[in-house]
Amino acid sequence: MIEIIKTLTETYGPSGNEARIRKVIKGFVGKLADEIKVDALGNLIALRKGKGGGKKVMLAAHMDEIGIIVNHIDEKGFLRFSKVGGVSPRTLLGNRVEFENGVIGVIGAEKMEDKEKTPPLDKLFIDVGAEDKEHCPVKIGDIGVFTRPLVVQGERLIAKAFDDRIGCAILIQVMQELDEVPHDVYFVFTVQEEIGLRGAVTSTYGIAPQVAVAIDVTRTGDTPEAPKMAVSLGKGPAIKVKDARMLSHPGVREALIKAAVQAGVPYQLEVLEGGTTDAAAMQLSREGIPAGVVSIPCRYVHTPSEMVDFNDVKNAVKLLKSFLTSPLDW
Amino acid sequence: MLLKQLSEAIGVSGCEDEVRRIIRENVEPYVDEISVDSLGNLITYKKGEGQSPLKVMLSAHMDEVGFMITYIDEKGYLHFRPVGGIDERILLGKRVVIGEKRIPGVIGVKPIHLLKEEERNKVIPVDKLVIDIGASSKAEAEKLVKIGDYAAFATAFTQLGSKVVKGKAFDDRAGCAVLAELVKERYPFDVYAVFTVQEEVGLRGAKVAAFRIGPDAAFALEGTIADDLPKKKDVSPTTRLGYGPAITIMDRSFVAFQPLVRLLVDTAEAEGIPYQFKQPLVGGTDSGAIHLTKEGIPSATVAVPCRYIHSPASILNLEDFENTIRLMKATLRRLTPEILQLT
Repeated sequence: MIEIIKTLTETYGPSGNEARIRKVIKGFVGKLADEIKVDALGNLIALRKGKGGGKKVMLAAHMDEIGIIVNHIDEKGFLRFSKVGGVSPRTLLGNRVEFENGVIGVIGAEKMEDKEKTPPLDKLFIDVGAEDKEHCPVKIGDIGVFTRPLVVQGERLIAKAFDDRIGCAILIQVMQELDEVPHDVYFVFTVQEEIGLRGAVTSTYGIAPQVAVAIDVTRTGDTPEAPKMAVSLGKGPAIKVKDARMLSHPGVREALIKAAVQAGVPYQLEVLEGGTTDAAAMQLSREGIPAGVVSIPCRYVHTPSEMVDFNDVKNAVKLLKSFLTSPLDW
Repeated sequence: MLLKQLSEAIGVSGCEDEVRRIIRENVEPYVDEISVDSLGNLITYKKGEGQSPLKVMLSAHMDEVGFMITYIDEKGYLHFRPVGGIDERILLGKRVVIGEKRIPGVIGVKPIHLLKEEERNKVIPVDKLVIDIGASSKAEAEKLVKIGDYAAFATAFTQLGSKVVKGKAFDDRAGCAVLAELVKERYPFDVYAVFTVQEEVGLRGAKVAAFRIGPDAAFALEGTIADDLPKKKDVSPTTRLGYGPAITIMDRSFVAFQPLVRLLVDTAEAEGIPYQFKQPLVGGTDSGAIHLTKEGIPSATVAVPCRYIHSPASILNLEDFENTIRLMKATLRRLTPEILQLT
């Protein structure tokens, strides 16, 4: 599974330009699906047919990652940019971004009066080492992402874009290990989550599932002077109770807890004050859909160095397999 | 000139009637069916030549930003609130017209002679402003205006020099005028040209129109921001007047369908039409609502660059306007079902 995680986290795939990561995931799941399709927004939808008597279940993890988009190239060949998704200027200075064509850019800042202050976005620029505008290898509208290799350090993993490639890796692993279950299971790798849950809006409408679960990362409260939150790395996958935009369906939430208990894996309950997941869009599709979330605790979300615990990841796979064998009645 | 007629018509979000009537008169002879839905969108249908199975939606919004009268005080002054995004700093001393009867008024301003030092650099919030229609009492004002009436900037359309025109509401009457021109032709596929309502207050008209039509692809036609006056720093002008139609890659409301962006660019290059990319992540258009409809709709936005939008007087270049029409006609000719398939 580490190989899958390495490939997924190191692949380029910002919101709105998911073609490359979609191709990589398609390579993993193509043989495991009974049907596979790409919808009009670019969501990858893989169906595993059930043996009958079950429900139509949608599991979603988003393929896209945060990034920056070039909005201007000045005469000297420096790039100005806007953020794609929740990028904080605090994480940018001195960092490197990679464009789809492999060009690497370094983020620099203009002179600041107050050196202690974080330079705002409009004081930052990207240097790709171009001589001038004419020789710049990047165009307006090109999107860059953080570039970092996966680090495996004991049970702790460090990478860019665990949000939400770790969810994608979990779905792939579940597909690989899943025995026949009663339910038709749609494994959906969504697009544009980071810029407004947009892929989930259209894919959920198209599938019209009876049960929907998002697999995504969540914050933790276990670092020095962290904002209070009762989720820690390594204490098991978190089952969402609520976040800023959704209340999990009680039936789905309880079924996830039961599944964790039956699989013998530890779990935590998650109340997230800021942020949300695809499940917020999924539960409001059509006439309303019972929805829940399995979250992977993750430190330093939306930075180039996100950290998760591999045991939480493996336990999330077990939890979801157990969930899919249950009747999903409430 | 239709652009002049549309620019001078009043159609603040929620009262698009006059604009709809003008457009209807102009497009009805060229389309096969025309109707108005329950929100007020004007929906036209033009059957294709038959070679292509596609159903394509083209949209432009009829509404403009403006004001709504919220209260008439004892002295006959009208209190108001903005409808859509308006910068409070541009309101002082502006001429407006109110309601169907087009009652003229002026947004009141204290003469410079009386301004205290500390007042000079202050922006007066809109809830402290009033419209003066010359009434001396509440009763007199109420004979002309009632609460809920809309007000719009009073701006005459004027040609400035040989290529540039000035008028209000080019966002999005420029798009409406482009679309009215596009429906004169027949395309390989069925075309639904929709003149939408309530874009400025949340893309509302486009949302229900796209749901009704369920197109295979959609293009929104816009008048968009040009911020190309000289700047101290070498940063984005968003778009520039005279550099051709502006193609959106990504804005706050949507990510343009990449194969459609490529089609627009390839078409512009093949036909020798100038084009530019709009600064990413600025603004939003009807595409934001359209692309999320049902199972998702491949969408793109093409716009005529306009300076000073959402103000009493915007400026556009007629060559950009003509080139937007040319680019869209040529692009639609090249649109095939294969282009819309992602892998």
